[in-house]
Amino acid sequence: MDKSRFFFEHYGLTERDLERYLAVALSAGGEYADLYFEYLASTSLMVDESMVKSASQGISAGCGVRVIAGERTGYAYTDDLSPERIVHAARTAALIASGPAKTPSVGFQEKAARSLYPVTLPSVDAEITAKVELVMRADQSARAYDPRIKEVRASYADELRNILVIGSDGTFAEDAQPLARLNVSCIAKTDGNSARGSAGGGGRVALDFFFGEKTPEHFAKEAARQAILQLDARQAPAGEMEVVLGPGWPGVLLHEAVGHGLEADFNRKQTSAFAGLIGKRVASEKCTVVDNGTMPWRRGSLNVDDEGNSTQETVLIENGILKGYLSDKLSAKLMGMANTGNGRRESYEHIPMPRMTNTYMLAGEDDPADIIRSVRRGVYAVNFGGGQVDITNGKFVFSASEAYLIENGHVTAPIKGATLIGNGPDVLTRVSMVGNDLKLDEGIGTCGKDGQAVPVGVGTPTIKVDRLTVGGTARKETGGFMQ
Amino acid sequence: MSPAQLETRNPKLETDLKDLAQDIVRRAIAGGASAAECVVREGDEFSTLVRLGQVETLKESGSKAIGVRVFYGKRAASTYSSDFSREGLDRMLKSALELAKITSEDPFAGIPEPSQLGALSGDLDLYSADVYSLPGEERISYARRAEKAALDFDPRIKNSEGGSFDAATGHKIFANSHGFVGEYQRSYCSVAAVPIAQAENGAMQRDYWFSVARSLNRLESPEHVGRVAAERTLRRLGARKVKTAHVPVVLDPLIATSILDHIFEGVNGDSVYRGASFLAGKLGEKIAGDRVNIIDDGTMPGGFGTSPFDGEGIPTRRTVVIENGVLKSYLLNTYTAKKLGLQTTANASRGLAGTPGIGPGNYFLQPGPKTPKEIIAEIKEGLYITEFLGHGANLVTGDYSRGASGMWISGGELAFPVEEITVAGNLKEIFFNISEIGNDLEFRGAMACPTIRIDGLTVGGE
Repeated sequence: MDKSRFFFEHYGLTERDLERYLAVALSAGGEYADLYFEYLASTSLMVDESMVKSASQGISAGCGVRVIAGERTGYAYTDDLSPERIVHAARTAALIASGPAKTPSVGFQEKAARSLYPVTLPSVDAEITAKVELVMRADQSARAYDPRIKEVRASYADELRNILVIGSDGTFAEDAQPLARLNVSCIAKTDGNSARGSAGGGGRVALDFFFGEKTPEHFAKEAARQAILQLDARQAPAGEMEVVLGPGWPGVLLHEAVGHGLEADFNRKQTSAFAGLIGKRVASEKCTVVDNGTMPWRRGSLNVDDEGNSTQETVLIENGILKGYLSDKLSAKLMGMANTGNGRRESYEHIPMPRMTNTYMLAGEDDPADIIRSVRRGVYAVNFGGGQVDITNGKFVFSASEAYLIENGHVTAPIKGATLIGNGPDVLTRVSMVGNDLKLDEGIGTCGKDGQAVPVGVGTPTIKVDRLTVGGTARKETGGFMQ
Repeated sequence: MSPAQLETRNPKLETDLKDLAQDIVRRAIAGGASAAECVVREGDEFSTLVRLGQVETLKESGSKAIGVRVFYGKRAASTYSSDFSREGLDRMLKSALELAKITSEDPFAGIPEPSQLGALSGDLDLYSADVYSLPGEERISYARRAEKAALDFDPRIKNSEGGSFDAATGHKIFANSHGFVGEYQRSYCSVAAVPIAQAENGAMQRDYWFSVARSLNRLESPEHVGRVAAERTLRRLGARKVKTAHVPVVLDPLIATSILDHIFEGVNGDSVYRGASFLAGKLGEKIAGDRVNIIDDGTMPGGFGTSPFDGEGIPTRRTVVIENGVLKSYLLNTYTAKKLGLQTTANASRGLAGTPGIGPGNYFLQPGPKTPKEIIAEIKEGLYITEFLGHGANLVTGDYSRGASGMWISGGELAFPVEEITVAGNLKEIFFNISEIGNDLEFRGAMACPTIRIDGLTVGGE
């Protein structure tokens, strides 16, 4: 796709205009200013009861102006990209500072172009009929899976986000970021019993991804399989026990338990349970955890972050020792640390902050089958809904949507969904086995922080946690653990 | 009723945007649509965060956007734009008309009947210009005072995520091809504090408190907000796990609202017609404890869930959802009502694009006679929950499992703080096991619930 000079061509911007806006932003003495231009085109489709009931498309565009003075941030935005409105926003944001005007550096240095998602035809521009075919095929495939599948909802959404970031330090970065996702949810019913299942995926991919690598049938069968399986699920156990996490999406454990607590803003403010733990042991030596924004086609990947910096692979935990935080421009400067390219924002209406990209644990040496065999009584959790963390006391949860009992080294009965709860700074110290089967999720994660949602990825190999609290309902004392 | 009578009468709001919305509807019909709706939203926001006495962020801006939904008979599609230029609006309309050709014929699709349309008259007390009346320095001082009150409350409050003051106004216009056009303005302001307390061993706890109002003069004082935030934070210090147990559970009002929210999701017409709720088909049946009475009322003056008309241009109303434990009504919009052979309850909600959803008016559990203290005093051993973590509720099966923290109840009193525990059960039983309801109903949003006691849950711990 042509990513050159989108805003210059569509809005008649020139480098002189941009320099002028930055000068206005620094006119009250700010130390640093940046402008984030965004043009977002999106499509969504939904099929329910085998009918395409909803189809929508939209455009949203705007510019956010940020001015930094010490630890203070001024922010203003406009959805009107005329010079007058941008100057007005720059003046408003400038008022965070009070001092003599600063001069932005002369000239911009453009980042060397990288291409992690080189789609030739962005999916937003692809034929709508092909997208209709995807959701209809998903619907039919889920219904064909089993006669007990009674309700199916399939949705498809894509977007193309063109951005331009310029900074008073000479930053100049443009990117065109595609994103697409297909989701299927099913309800299975028998006499007096119902259950749900869902699956989905995608990434920064073109539409052909769903006609080749991951078809609607792939996601539909997975959603239907989960719903049917849940019809026979037993009560989950309650209390502390051994937990084995399957590969892939269960990596949401890492996102909640350690990822958020390692975002630099919380550590700059000393409000994270991980504050001051760099160089200390926070995991067993089998654990190495990274955040990597440079994986081709991935949902959490970016050529440049929303402050115009190249993304990178950052080691968070190496052989159990805490190595680093995820930073943005402000926290890197205030903490005197390297900028890891994790400054992200939901849109031009939002102030950037440190966020994760794709967060996962590296593969270990254990055979997944040996990991299961090593557990006498425990839970094997392979699919999860969301999670949440209180970064100050470190407590985190994540909710299993597909899990099984492990009895005497064998995976046995499926159990109902249950929340797992633990303490971030020490849960990974109890990881005693790490599988050789690292897998990333299918591309469905959205992370929320301070009211801002951004797409992310997670991943993990099969791992065994020796002790984790499982929030089930089964009573040990009345029916035994296997009740 | 003629279109002229349907207009909400507030001459102050006569705007170009209203003309624009009507014009878009007219052009959609001229372009071949059999029906059309247009939404315009504009708003302003101000927010400031003060941390450890210093301004950390100041944000001030406004924006507007427009959306259109068009029908070709029983096919519908929608588009939106933040670009109000002639080309931007032309493209939005053209895309909508093209998109509607690829959707399916849905026999239940359509906009409401003309006779259903209208708006509540009179002043609903939703807008007060005073949320922006404070000069800049005084807004910052609101945030600073809230944080300071928390920091000064106790030496163990050692850090803070800050004090904040936010203000916002919104203006919404809705028009459709039956000639309905209406608009309203709403305002909002809030002050909050998020202190952090530290125990001698270094362990930290965080909590928060806030006040929210449609008018500045109804906002609680920043000092009060800061002190309550400090108290809520301090009582968490020294929290520990407890052993897995089956004990009565009491939910603090903010937390109890989540149970009410699960009932809302369960009676939401969209889940009901799909059979995605275990409450589907239960109209007229007992689904909750005798003392449970739940009301949805979009008409309450000044309410956070109040509006003169819903997202489809139908006047809002009061609906009894549950009476003495018996399910009396689902909450519906036009589409879900038709699917179920019922009448809409005027709960249509809508964004700029997509089909209308279902949202609450002012939705609440009617208070009971006892104080929270009396409810706790009746419990020998139990759990008082002040925070949930995660979203483990399944409305299809009723399965319920969430992370929690709070205070252990011993001998009728709050004894010590607990954390890293789970609470699990099934919503089908949980609704029946709401055995006590407090007298402390207070609206801090569109949904509100007093303190409640629930029996029969499993508390998961060590």
